Amino acid sequence: MELRRIGGSVSQLSKVFTRASTGLDAPVVTIEVHISGGLPGFSIVGLPEGAVRESKDRVRSALMNSRFKLPKGRITVSLAPANLPKSSGRYDLPIALGVLIASGQIKPDIDIAQFEFYGELGLDGLLHSTEGLLPAVIAAHKDSHDLVIPYDNHEQCVLAQEARILPAKNLLQVCEFITGIGTLERPMIQPDFDTKHDKNFSQVKGQYHAKRALEIAASGGHNLLLRGTPGSGKTMLAERLPSILPSLDNEAALQRAAIYSVANKSIDLSQFYIRPFRSPHHSSSAVALVGGGSSPRPGEISLAHGGVLFLDELPEFPRHVLEVLRQPLESGEVHVSRAQQQVTFPANFQLVGAMNPCPCGYYGDGTSKCHCTEDQISKYQMKISGPLLDRIDMILDVPPVSKEVLLSPQDKTTENSETIRVRVLDCYNRQLKRQGKLNDQLDANEVDSLIILSADNKQLLENVMDQLHLSARAYHRILKVARTIADLDHADTIESQHLIEAIGYRRYNG
Amino acid sequence: MDLVYWLLLLKAPYLGIKTFYKALKYFESPQQVFLASHIDRVKAGLFRKQTLEYLKSADVNLVQTDLDWLQDDRCHILTLIDKHYPAQLKTIADPPPVLYIRGDIACLSQPQIAIVGSRNPSTGGGQNAAQFATELSKRGLIITSGMASGIDAKAHISALESGAQTIAVCGTGLDRIYPAKHKSLAHQITLQGALISEFSIGTAPIASNFPRRNRIISGLSLGTLVVEATIKSGTMITAKLAVEQGRDVFAIPSSIHNPLAEGCHDLIKQGAKLTSSVDDIIAELPLGLLDCTLPKKTSQSTKEIDKTGFKVLKCLSYEALTVDQLVEKTQLSTQVVTQELLLLEFNNRIEKTSAQGYVLIK
Repeated sequence: MELRRIGGSVSQLSKVFTRASTGLDAPVVTIEVHISGGLPGFSIVGLPEGAVRESKDRVRSALMNSRFKLPKGRITVSLAPANLPKSSGRYDLPIALGVLIASGQIKPDIDIAQFEFYGELGLDGLLHSTEGLLPAVIAAHKDSHDLVIPYDNHEQCVLAQEARILPAKNLLQVCEFITGIGTLERPMIQPDFDTKHDKNFSQVKGQYHAKRALEIAASGGHNLLLRGTPGSGKTMLAERLPSILPSLDNEAALQRAAIYSVANKSIDLSQFYIRPFRSPHHSSSAVALVGGGSSPRPGEISLAHGGVLFLDELPEFPRHVLEVLRQPLESGEVHVSRAQQQVTFPANFQLVGAMNPCPCGYYGDGTSKCHCTEDQISKYQMKISGPLLDRIDMILDVPPVSKEVLLSPQDKTTENSETIRVRVLDCYNRQLKRQGKLNDQLDANEVDSLIILSADNKQLLENVMDQLHLSARAYHRILKVARTIADLDHADTIESQHLIEAIGYRRYNG
Repeated sequence: MDLVYWLLLLKAPYLGIKTFYKALKYFESPQQVFLASHIDRVKAGLFRKQTLEYLKSADVNLVQTDLDWLQDDRCHILTLIDKHYPAQLKTIADPPPVLYIRGDIACLSQPQIAIVGSRNPSTGGGQNAAQFATELSKRGLIITSGMASGIDAKAHISALESGAQTIAVCGTGLDRIYPAKHKSLAHQITLQGALISEFSIGTAPIASNFPRRNRIISGLSLGTLVVEATIKSGTMITAKLAVEQGRDVFAIPSSIHNPLAEGCHDLIKQGAKLTSSVDDIIAELPLGLLDCTLPKKTSQSTKEIDKTGFKVLKCLSYEALTVDQLVEKTQLSTQVVTQELLLLEFNNRIEKTSAQGYVLIK
């Protein structure tokens, strides 16, 4: 609390810290409260948006109902930096505390500059949860600040295990803590990080080819397109991809949780280390996929960061929606620009698409169900633009599973996801040790310098490319996939069998 | 000027081919129809009020588009009584009274064989069409078909590629090309054969016109080869018409599980000749065409087939098998099977079908 004499009247000023939320960043916001003489009034400056403007009414009632007084005089609340737009009710608690301190109703017993306060106030003084808190927790931890947060938020925030967070249930409890009368306990819950997959590859009968392809795609982070008739199991296979992907490490898991927090999506603690699997419907808009809004929120591709973005019925997505994926697929992040702010969200995801071979879906299933004309079929397949197709490394035809296989009893020898995951993890480690990233993320120069073919194999690849009419662009994709297959085989050089298998995954037509 | 009367009479409303021939028989020439009295016209079988009105008021402007089209050197209109009118076609019950032709007239009187089939053939079907078209062309037969997508187009293209002439019978006026994607094919055919149609210039692609033109395809030809057809298809109509016209019908068999072969199998049951090589066709034709055997196709191999390759090859048949089924049959690992399949494919021993499986070829 500071008291200064300015021009004969008593002027009271206080400073409390909190953080705003812009994308995944959480810049510090200093809340200054100044109470001066004059006509009674309460004004908030510093680009407050809707919920923040209304904050004064909540604060007034909360103070009164907590048996404090709203100071008489002119109250000015400044949220600095002034040019940063601020939204949400998270500023209620720090504003209320600022008012109390400035008016001398509470005298801090602690160094208030070492703390950050968050929370929306109810009229009764209770603290309500607020969205997107995790990025603030992470940032505050980096600045070694302690945080006072609403009790309802604490489960999510303990994901940042190192951070010192102090959950509180109401305004009075916070005031008791600040004045040294009471204490706030650090929560001791250890989240149950038991990574359990309810979807397992042992549930998939047959489909050896598809399973092999998924294992390769998982190992190298390759984008994959599954093509098959309805009911052939494309979705079932894709849904099981996260179960063979290695768990996220602590930092990546926390980043993922932060993205979810910003998007106001709850995350199940048992899923904390599991890579995300997002499957937006094909009616999704471009903004829903890449993110946006007047205060930008992450879209599906950012929610799938570090995991899998599954686009079922790929040709049914409007073309302009699919085209927005091209840039993030290359750069692994997405820049969302709006009039007031520009935000960058991470978007390093593995794309898995599924499509039917023709509009009716039954082309080439061995029956005469399909009546699509050649034109219709080619038009349908042309819906996936060349540039997008160029970013897909592996294309796989998923044949329908025969009735005999479907009805056969569960085979005990079917590999489960855990077994496959061990191989995938091993392959991950090989790649990270060699080049510090997955094969899929190698750029053209790195492919040329890291992936070297023998003269024989080079000739073989050239012959095949001619025979299958493959574009020169397919060349690099084949090399990357071949590298992954060789890695799975613990081979240091790419042998012809690796190359041939990789070529088999690179054919769109026929 | 006689041609103008032919064209004018054909344009008369409610005047189909049957009535046309009835009137022609009575009056001997279309010109007479226009000169005749009302009573004579009615006697000749022209009852319809609209037809009679038309005959009174018709003038040459109505066929001006046809006449303008005829200005081009490569364009011809042949009437039934023209000496160039193909004799083979005259023998059917309802030959088209006039034929619009763009290209070479002479080829119409050459011995022809029709190759028809599905618009959405299997890869194997397409290859069969191409192969038969090539070999038949090399033995001096002209390939006649309908320029539709699929088998028709394959047959035309293969005939052109082997340097032979080919005839496309269109279901539209010759100023239009249907389907439009065959524009360049149509152009090539006019240079190396002929596009023909019985429909006047400007006739749009109307569904009902296509079965009608099928009788010309079979009528021009000594025989009709059906490559792939489902039971209910235009191809089956052509085959039926060929039988009615007393022409030979040839059908290529396939797997009993192939839905595209049902039509062929049905035809064979009804007496069409089961055709597995060009010789089966040649043997039936009443002509002493040169029998030149074709050089055997040499396969260029990328890599030799080894023991595992043969193991996979042995499990394959002419019915499509998926990779998964092959993995179970051979007890080899998925990666080995996929590798071997690709190698076999490069060696032209097998092919990937759209049915997401692999089949042997020949």
